[in-house]
Amino acid sequence: MNAESPQPLIEVEKLNVWFGRRQVLFDVDFAVMPGEIRVIMGGSGSGKSTLLRHLLGLLRPRSGRVRILGTDIASASPEELLKLRTQMGVSFQGGALFTSMTVGDNVALPLREHQKLDETTVRIMSRLKLEVVNLGGFQDLMPSQLSGGMIKRAALARAIVMDPKLLFFDEPSAGLDPVVSAELDELILRLRDALRMTIVVVTHELESAFKIADSITVLDKGRILMTGPVAEVRASPNERIQDLLNRRPRPVEVDTDEYLRRLTEEDA
Amino acid sequence: MSFLEQATKPVNRLGRKAVAAVAELGYIGLLLLESLYFAIAGWRVGQPVRVRMVFEQMRQVGVDAIPIVLLLSFTVGVMLGIQFIAALSEFGAENQVVIAVAKSVTREFAVLITGIVVAGRSGSSFAARIGSMNVSQEVDALAVIGIEPVRYLASPALVAMLIMLPVLTILANGASILGAALYCSPTLDVSIGAYVVQTLNSLEPWDIGQGLAKSFVFAALITLVGVSTGFSVTGGAEGVGRATTRAVVLSISALVIADMMFSYFLNR
Repeated sequence: MNAESPQPLIEVEKLNVWFGRRQVLFDVDFAVMPGEIRVIMGGSGSGKSTLLRHLLGLLRPRSGRVRILGTDIASASPEELLKLRTQMGVSFQGGALFTSMTVGDNVALPLREHQKLDETTVRIMSRLKLEVVNLGGFQDLMPSQLSGGMIKRAALARAIVMDPKLLFFDEPSAGLDPVVSAELDELILRLRDALRMTIVVVTHELESAFKIADSITVLDKGRILMTGPVAEVRASPNERIQDLLNRRPRPVEVDTDEYLRRLTEEDA
Repeated sequence: MSFLEQATKPVNRLGRKAVAAVAELGYIGLLLLESLYFAIAGWRVGQPVRVRMVFEQMRQVGVDAIPIVLLLSFTVGVMLGIQFIAALSEFGAENQVVIAVAKSVTREFAVLITGIVVAGRSGSSFAARIGSMNVSQEVDALAVIGIEPVRYLASPALVAMLIMLPVLTILANGASILGAALYCSPTLDVSIGAYVVQTLNSLEPWDIGQGLAKSFVFAALITLVGVSTGFSVTGGAEGVGRATTRAVVLSISALVIADMMFSYFLNR
């Protein structure tokens, strides 16, 4: 790990998460250093969305510890949480733009809520960020008038409008064509270089993961299989990782008793 | 499955339902406290309820509902006039119509009809709006931007309802009495003006107060049921549809039951 910056921005220790009686995360340890682009990779149901929700402070850990920018999520007061949230930006999978507002108002919302700036400054700052994501001039459109790729970029503009230290990106390439998603990857790299952000990307898109990541964390069935630089992950002898990398279907394990029980029992 | 498990299954199910119901009641109570907290003290913790949003909500739940509330309460007034004339003429007591209409309208019918109209219009729209925002992760987006969803979505709605439902109730009082006056004055052989004056003379402040007191409770019930159903939407667009139906049915039921209890305790 990076010796110059001893304090990781994100620290997760022994995070265990249950939904009802089902455990979805098992003893997850996770750390992200400043300036790093970390990709969290994993198939559907691997627990990566749940991990992300904990990193965003949307879920509070019941067991284990989550520290973001030095703030312990479990014990943070509303004020601390609010301060933390002004320092991080999130771009959600579907964009999550507010459909009742124009693109410009969407991007300006964090500024209007958290800073006492005059309207001209807000307008200039939000338009600047729209320019960064190549959406200059689109501020007066409604989200419903945008294409999928434009929505993602507008969401990105909203995420970076407060110049956050930490940027989270959920499935940047989901539902986009290859060209647009490649452009988005370029944009993420540029953001890191230009704005010195630490970026966490959740994806299952291999190509984009390899292109943008400094290091990759592979999650499977709620457990971290490995964390390491791209080359190391590619060369990993772990079978599940190779399955993910080579798009091999999981072997179906047949347990006859379990199978019969599922078929016959009333409420299995 | 053992015999014991089989035998206790109904009890088990009942228990789960009961726990869920208690949890929901608790959630609604918490939502009420939080909404009021943000409305009163939110500005002190950086979560101010915007006056502009309250006015916008007041327009949507109140001003826009005026025509339909007036129309329906006018109709109810005419209907009451017809029924009371018919019933009281059997005893030769037609001139008691004025007081019968006056009391039943101000204490019961105006506020009830207003409540039902507003529940149908606004209760469902709260559930639909917040529900679809929930499904598209807009509620999460609010939270990570550092805007408490309750402050942004629930508080303005609650404040607007607490202001507008009493106003609508007063308007409905007027429309109902006018409706009754129009139908009854020829039969009673008095002018409409005289009918209205007679009505005002037979009313005590407490009659109107009773209706207004109810309208506050109804406002809170409709908002909380709508908003809480919206926040707990799962399952995509279909879930939003189900939530809307549920919000209307639940809030109208709660309204009628609350009305009955109110009338019982206030008229002992």
